[in-house]
Amino acid sequence: MIDFEFHQATGLDHAFSLLADYGDDARLMSGGTALVLQMKQRFSQPGHVIGLARIANLGGIEKGEDGCIRIGSLCTQRQVENHPLAARHIPLVAGAYRHVATPRIRNMATVGGGLAHGDPNQDPPPSLIALGASVVLSSANGGQRVVPVEELFLDYFETDVRPGEIITGLVVPPAPDGAGTAYLKFLPRTADDYATVSVAAVVAPNASGICADVRIVLGSVGLTPIRATAAEDALRGMPLADETIRGAAATVQEAVDPLDDHRGSVEYKREMAEVFTRRAIHQAARDALSRRSQ
Amino acid sequence: MAQRINLKVNGEDRQVEAPARRLLVDLLRYDLGLTGTKEGCSVGVCGACTVLVDGEMVASCITLAASVAGSEITTIEGLAQDGRLHPVQQAFIDFGGFQCGICTPGQVMAAKALLDENPRPTEDAIRDWMMGNLCRCTGYYKILESVVAAMSSTASQGGSVDN
Repeated sequence: MIDFEFHQATGLDHAFSLLADYGDDARLMSGGTALVLQMKQRFSQPGHVIGLARIANLGGIEKGEDGCIRIGSLCTQRQVENHPLAARHIPLVAGAYRHVATPRIRNMATVGGGLAHGDPNQDPPPSLIALGASVVLSSANGGQRVVPVEELFLDYFETDVRPGEIITGLVVPPAPDGAGTAYLKFLPRTADDYATVSVAAVVAPNASGICADVRIVLGSVGLTPIRATAAEDALRGMPLADETIRGAAATVQEAVDPLDDHRGSVEYKREMAEVFTRRAIHQAARDALSRRSQ
Repeated sequence: MAQRINLKVNGEDRQVEAPARRLLVDLLRYDLGLTGTKEGCSVGVCGACTVLVDGEMVASCITLAASVAGSEITTIEGLAQDGRLHPVQQAFIDFGGFQCGICTPGQVMAAKALLDENPRPTEDAIRDWMMGNLCRCTGYYKILESVVAAMSSTASQGGSVDN
């Protein structure tokens, strides 16, 4: 592995001052599941690694007065998956975290680290975007920006986290009243793999079965997560009939831009994106119905 | 540049001088001579290098030793007490939960972590938990049987898997 210096930040201010000292030569690390691998493979060669894991008050999951679930950036992914507030109010997100790799990796990997990594194959971002979640980015002297997760990913492994900023929180609104949700991950190889395609859907039908609101987001089929706006437009205001759903799902073949790799060819991934979008819309619509009958 | 790393390993205070790039698996095996922990894939996928850090199972092959300074580490060498095997170890022997043995320390540590957290897991929960521990001999049924047996033996002792 490459040589570097390790600095364990004792608090957020300490982390900001280390970031100021080492600038571009520093990388932040929380769980390390992404960065250590990148350093082993020499994709990342920082002179300084700043450990965030020991910073107090960046963990915890709570429900805000606005009904949003606020997740500290140092929460491990397993903490989200198992937390009663997440399971109750944002089951879509708790379920998406459960799909990440293996329990051991989810014990190590954090919420903030996963988002900062910017890998378009990750499980949580499509669900977070579908619910309209935001990240809190903090900087020295009390600076703070709130950025929708939808705008966080700029390109392949590139995010809108600016020099001197640290992701300190994630704010996730619950799905709208009456909405159903679904997250489907197509895994043709092994259970702990990245998806060939993943789809998160939030579907809110009104009392007469018309789709009042919908959000569909795909993962693993582009350089960033992709919001399927054409499919959403094809559904909004329409009855949630098989034919409408089929037509809406067909539009994602144009929206996605997958890479050809060992998880499938470009053509195959486009087809599977359509198939899994169709299934995700159906599942979210069924989920909405079952919630209504409860 | 070497730095001093203090750890409590299997209940003993240990101090190691090591560069920041030292991985926990290498510190355990080469600095401390605890070769029970194995390295398989080196990328956090196979589970062979599983150890517990402050009670949580981690992949020691992608953990910087310096990042867990001050923590309590439990390795396979720390399970047997006073010459008596841990119930999970005994169950793997009694039920043939290993063939070549290279994945076994990781399997045992993962199973211990599961039973520490959930003393009565369902068979599905065991499969789900252990899915990140690969066995190239494919002895998965026997591993599952061993964990179920360990659960029964520990549950009959009041649910604790500590000796």
